[in-house]
Formats: sequence, C-alpha cells, structure tokens
Amino acid sequence: MTTTALASPQAEAVQSTAPLLEVKDLVMHFKVKGDGLLGGSAKVQAVDGVSFELREGETLGLVGESGCGKTTTGRLITRLLVPTAGQIRFMGKDIAPLKERELRPYRRELQLIFQDPYSSLNPRHTVGTIVGTALRTHNIVPKDKVLSRVQELLEVVGLNPEHYNRYPHEFSGGQRQRVGIARALAVQPKVIVADEPVSALDVSIQAQVMNLLEDLRKEFGIAFVFIAHDLGVVRHFCDRVAVMYLGKIVEMGPRNAIYEAPQHPYTQALLSAVPDLGVVRGVPPRERIRLVGDVPSPINPPSGCRFRTRCWKAEEICATTEPPLEEKAPAQRAACHFAEPPELSIIAELPS
Amino acid sequence: MIEEVESTPAVVTKRGPIKVSRDRSKRGERQAGEAPYLLVKDLVVEFPTADGTVRAVQGLSYSLSLGRTLAIVGESGSGKSVSSMAIMGLHDPKSTRISGSIRLGEREIVNMPQESMRKHRGAGAAMIFQDPQSSLHPYFTIGNQIVEAYRAHHNVSKRAARERAVDMLGRVGIPHPRRRLDDYPHQFSGGMRQRAMIAMSLVNDPKLLIADEPTTALDVTVQAQILDLIVDLQQDFGSAVLFITHDLGVVAELADDVLVMYAGRAVEYGTVNDVLGKPLHPYTWGLLESIPAVSGDPARLHPIPGTPPSLLALPTGCSFHPRCEFRTRVPRDLCRQDLPDLEPRTADTGRMSRCHLREPDRVFETDILPRLP
Repeated sequence: MTTTALASPQAEAVQSTAPLLEVKDLVMHFKVKGDGLLGGSAKVQAVDGVSFELREGETLGLVGESGCGKTTTGRLITRLLVPTAGQIRFMGKDIAPLKERELRPYRRELQLIFQDPYSSLNPRHTVGTIVGTALRTHNIVPKDKVLSRVQELLEVVGLNPEHYNRYPHEFSGGQRQRVGIARALAVQPKVIVADEPVSALDVSIQAQVMNLLEDLRKEFGIAFVFIAHDLGVVRHFCDRVAVMYLGKIVEMGPRNAIYEAPQHPYTQALLSAVPDLGVVRGVPPRERIRLVGDVPSPINPPSGCRFRTRCWKAEEICATTEPPLEEKAPAQRAACHFAEPPELSIIAELPS
Repeated sequence: MIEEVESTPAVVTKRGPIKVSRDRSKRGERQAGEAPYLLVKDLVVEFPTADGTVRAVQGLSYSLSLGRTLAIVGESGSGKSVSSMAIMGLHDPKSTRISGSIRLGEREIVNMPQESMRKHRGAGAAMIFQDPQSSLHPYFTIGNQIVEAYRAHHNVSKRAARERAVDMLGRVGIPHPRRRLDDYPHQFSGGMRQRAMIAMSLVNDPKLLIADEPTTALDVTVQAQILDLIVDLQQDFGSAVLFITHDLGVVAELADDVLVMYAGRAVEYGTVNDVLGKPLHPYTWGLLESIPAVSGDPARLHPIPGTPPSLLALPTGCSFHPRCEFRTRVPRDLCRQDLPDLEPRTADTGRMSRCHLREPDRVFETDILPRLP
C-alpha cells in the first residue's frame, strides 16, 4: 500500500519526537441505578484518571482482569465513548470534546479491531462491502478502484482475493478476524486499537493472527494499543505494557522490565498466577502468589490505593493516601507506597 | 470486600504474600498402576445431520485410575467435550449415535437406561462446566441446589442435607458458608460461583470428576485459586479427575497424563512431562510452538498452517496431513493414504502416538532446540 493517499490531519502532524497519542487524566463514569428503594444514581468508575502516551509505530499493551477498564479505555481513545473528563491528544489535537463531524478526519487515523469476529461483521454484507465501505466513506481510492483495492487488502491479510463476494458466515473464526483486520487497514490508520483480537481464537489460529499483526506493524509502521488479558500474548507483541486495576494504571514500563522485575504487588501476583509451560521444559518451578478475595466493585472502590484490600503489603497509609504513578526504575512507573522488585524466587530468570 | 479479607485473617500475613508451591513433586506421590476406574474403549460418537454425519469422536480409547488426573487437550471441534459428555450420558439418544464402551468401575455407560443413568450422575461421576453463570439455576438459592443434589442420592432429612451443604461450601473456601447458603447465584462473584459448582459436584463423593474448561471464563488470579482448589480436593477425596482444556499451561501444572485429540481422534498420549516436554506428534509440537509464553524467549510464533478440517468431510489418511509440515519426510505419500494407528512408542511408559513419521522427536529437535531454556 502507498502512503500518498493520506489526507489532511497528517499535514498538522507534529514532529516525530512528540507522542502520536497522549492521554491525560482520562475519566469515564457510567451512571447506573443505585441501591435501595429510592434507587438514587450511582456511578461505575470504569476509568478513573488514566494517562499514557503512544509514539509512532510503538505498541502499548493494556492488561488487567475483567472490569479493570481496559476495554473502556480503548473505546475512549477511538471516541466510541465520550469521556467524562480528561484529554485525548491525537496528532497534536485534543479529540475528547470533538463533535462527530469534526471527528471524522481523525476516525480515519484511529481504527479498532474487535474481539468477537462473529458479531463485529455485518452478516448481510459481503466482505467486499465490509472492507470497501471504509474505502468509500473516506474517499481513499476512486470508485472504480475500490474492488481492486479490496482484493489487495484481502491478500495482505492472507485471504483469497477471489472471496470478496462471500459472506462472513462462509469464513472460519480466524478468517473473519482477518477480514476485521483488513477493514481496519483499509484506511491506512496511524493507530490501531486492538481489543482482545485473538482471545476468541484457537491456539493454532491465534498464532497465525499474531504473526499477521506483527508483519503489518513492521510493514506499515502502525502504532498499536493492544488490549488483552492474556499476559503471554501481550509479552509477545508489545514494546511497553501498562497494567490496569479497577480503572487505574498501577504499573507501566518497558516490556522486559514489567515481566522480569515488576514493582507493583498486583503485577507480581498477576504474573505469578499465569500457568506456565516452563515446568515441563525443566525451568525450576516458581512460587505462586495467591491473592485473596475478588476485585472490589467499581461503583464503590476502596479509598486510597484500590488494590489495598487484596494486598499483603497494605498498611495504614494505603487506605488514606492514594499512591501516585511514579518512576521506580528507568522508564518504569508504579503506583504503590511499597513498590520494590520481587524476590528472585517469584519470577523465573530469563535466559539471556 | 474488606470484610472478606478480614474473614480469613489466618492466611493474610503482614508484609509477605501467600505463596503456593508449584513444585509438582511436593504434592505427594500418587499411586500409579492401580486398576483403572474409567475405561473408554473404541468410543464413537456421531451426529446424523441434514448435511451428513458429523463424526465427532472416532475410536477413542483411554483409561484413568483413581487419584490421577488426565488432561484431554485439543482445539474446538476436536471431540474433547463430546467424548466426556458421553461419560455423563448427556447426549440426546434421539440425535446421537454412540457405540463402543465406557466402563466406570463395574458399570457400562453406553446405552445405559435413563433411570440408572440418573443414579450414576452425581455419585459415579460429576461434572463442572465452563460457565458457572449458566450452569447454576438463577431461581434457586445456592444451598437449595446443593441440598437437592445431595438428597437425590441420599435418603436424609433436609436439615442434615443443609449441614452437608454448609460443610461443602466451607471446604471449597467460601467464607461464612452458613450465611452464604441462602444467597442466589447472582449474589456470588464468578470465582465464588465456580467454587459453589465444585461444592455441588463433590457433594455426593463422586469417584470421577470431569472438569470441562472450568477456568476458561475466569480471570487469571481467580483461575489460580480454582486450580489449587481442584488439586487440594483431589488429594482429600482421592477421586479421578478428567480435565478438559485447550490451555497447555494449565495442563503442565495440573495433569499427570495428557491425551491430545485432533478431529475426533486421539493423536498422542503419555505423561505430562513426556508429551509437553518431548512431543512425538507434529500436531502437539505445533500447538506448543503456537503458544506465546510468559517466560523464555519471546521469539516469533510458529503457528500450524491452515484450519482444522470439517467433521463432515475428514481428509483421507491422517486427518492432520493437510496441515502437517513433516509429511514430506514420510515416504510414498503415506500420510495422505493411510490412517496411522495410535501405537506405543516406548516399551514402559505407555507413550503412544498416531503418526507415520519415524524418530519424530529428533526431527522436531532440530527446529525446537534453540527455543528451549
């Protein structure tokens, strides 16, 4: 694909040193019916003060358990949701308050790949229409070239270009996910937000799609926000990783730092809980940290540090003062009063 | 939530995490070589449909002794769930053809009359499902459902059954079991619901517990809790566990033996260290190469090409041959023409594989070696 067809927002793009996407104090509260007979309104604090940046061609992984706000964050960046507060600076412009019409040029640069390849494609449209609509809406290619571009795109994602007139149900799960990827690629975006793109797929197909995403990232220099609960998948794909818990980022840093020397107790517990194949390959077994209880409700999160109710390090200060996300090691930030790297026994050493 | 932490003060230690050893050798020896409790022989499960016969399971044979855990792994459509549902007699006889033999202790399950099947379910074998949300009845309290399961097999008073239910909920780690007994499923979290499901399935002391993807719907920290629970309970109850999963990491931590299924057939069988450490079948090897791990070298993944075949029209010969990278190493196009047998590969360990490839481990080694720590 050529990059010549790229249009207006790029003209405003700042130098490559500035981040492509900068999210600042992003907040999303959903109103729900509260408890009690009169049922006043309560707020689900799905995302509560999330900040990060993404540079051109970079991949940032957002990990965490269900309800941590990673999907909501993805939907906010792509402005499928309007944030309650905060900024989303994309290519130098805050897109958080923009109206639908003003958003359109930015939509083209910010695409989303969904988790479920079954519900994210219209069953009554052919894949040619699905992928072609994006081309037509944004006038990417002249009308008479739409079909040939669709076929090109299908080929790029590893589908048979002759299958443009087939319907989604004629494809397998993995192939459908490729259609979703072709649709996102059609508009030559700068950023793709991939929300659990492989979690609905079988292991062998998952690896195929992962490799495809990696090829596309290298070839087109697309930056990714990669949302997943599978820590192995994220480790594989991402340069930087942000760990979320109850609507906040608790730790963020370069991939190797997060996986080898996590500072936040939650990151340590999360990583140690992943069942590891290393055991049968002769890696000495690690100890697992067992967390007590469940994630608290985002309607009424704990005061201070939100992880304190499950944390073995929690003390008085954790209930009264919320720990800021501070640098604890080079480029690695953690939000914990007692952050420190784990004992060696917890995380197996990596081969150099 | 804070209450929950306080309710288990014994395990919350100040300034030190609760650690669980993952060293399998510390879990205590399990007796091997006992007479198998579950014996599956030449099991065939087919579904006649308008488009033809779906051959879901074909000629499956394996055995499982008390106190041991067998993991059946495979992708969707491999027949792993269908075969275990046959053990529970959960297939509709009107739309399913089942042949072969499933022996559970002294009894034969295949073609067992519905009435005896009811007795066997729960007491002989019990099952935990993937989704605790839909496998508990939303209309009845947790206690009600456990009491009902217990009284179906034991002639006891409601009060005695309630005591038993409280006891079971306590054993699966639900805090304040007496108070939670009269809660409805929606008042439990996902992990708690799965614990309640496990309590219900174990209430009648089943000799065989079938766990069908019990942790797939759960978060990883909760998954770890449930896996630990299953391991602990198995040691207490001494039952046989049949664990169905697609997650090889879970298998590595929990299983004694592994059976790998592909397109309705067993393709490899052996102890967990053998199968996952030194696979003999190209499919097992491909699965292992497809997994992005949390440790080791984050090298590029090596996926299995293509997609699994349709169960309506299986390939000739070995079902895996269209996706197999090693079939060129087998002479005379054998893989396309002949279905290989599931044959023993070592004299003593019961290691079996269904493949024409000779010395497969040596062939894989050349590719796999750089990735091993």
